[in-house]
Amino acid sequence: MRGKMWVPLMLFAFFIGVAGYQLFQPKDDQIPSAMIGRALPEFELPAASATLPGVSTADFQDGKPKLLNVWASWCLPCIAEAPHLESLKEEGVEIIGVAIRDKREDVDEFLATHGNPYTRIGADDISAVQLEIGSSGVPETFVIDGEGNIVHQHIGDVSARDVPRLLEILKDAS
Amino acid sequence: MKRALPLLAIVSLSLPLAAQDDLPPAPYAYTQLEDPAEEAEAVELMETLRCLKCQSQSIADSDAPMAGDMRHQVRTRIAAGQEPEEIRQWLVDRYGDYVSYAPRVTSSTWPLFAIPLLLLLAAGAILWRRIGRKSVGGPDQINGEGDD
Repeated sequence: MRGKMWVPLMLFAFFIGVAGYQLFQPKDDQIPSAMIGRALPEFELPAASATLPGVSTADFQDGKPKLLNVWASWCLPCIAEAPHLESLKEEGVEIIGVAIRDKREDVDEFLATHGNPYTRIGADDISAVQLEIGSSGVPETFVIDGEGNIVHQHIGDVSARDVPRLLEILKDAS
Repeated sequence: MKRALPLLAIVSLSLPLAAQDDLPPAPYAYTQLEDPAEEAEAVELMETLRCLKCQSQSIADSDAPMAGDMRHQVRTRIAAGQEPEEIRQWLVDRYGDYVSYAPRVTSSTWPLFAIPLLLLLAAGAILWRRIGRKSVGGPDQINGEGDD
């Protein structure tokens, strides 16, 4: 009977312990796409810039793995990742952009200021393609294999140390 | 310079606001459907879908551009004759259960549903045993306990 008395207190302490532990865990508010391993949905986007063509699903089905970069000219981290996309391009990677809720003149200005690593940029004015592929912010970078399947999602800006990893994943996807 | 500091703080705190697009919202982000029954169906669904940008709000509550774009999807799909649960599934297929506020019984959530039931059963069993014991003991014993 004596021992039983402590059971509620132990349960309470356990609960406090679990809640306290969780409070001190770093916050993870990234939402991974559930589309990884699945085919890129059908879409067709008009050109987002004056100099590059628009994007459709067929552009990802020519047998060569590519990067699909979800970005916007109004997005500050997109400026940070621009030089690293540039170095991926120098490694021979084809990067196709999807510009979220963007204006043509702003896209052109961004490319003129921060460089253009893209071969095509589609204008996604109502985030329709972004929602189709399970992306929840800008920038995000998806690795698409040669058949148009989504194989990897990188959330946030691509930093210098992400470049070799993305190259590796692209190599594995071919 | 000291006067400028608070101003600087205000300006730098409001910088995230600058990180917004200035395109007009999607056609059905703030426009109701013409059919009130369809609109009611859409709103009911929107209130149980999570805004992905502002994760503690539903897309019905949020003014984030992306929430507007999600409302546009919900309204146009309802207008096209899709069932609300079909649209919810379309989003869950892309973002996982996280996007939906409607709880579902799955392999990882079943304890949430089972534990309250078990606790109720346990409480019921304890009460049953106590009350049962007292009525067997008769009125004398109840009075005796009351004197403690």
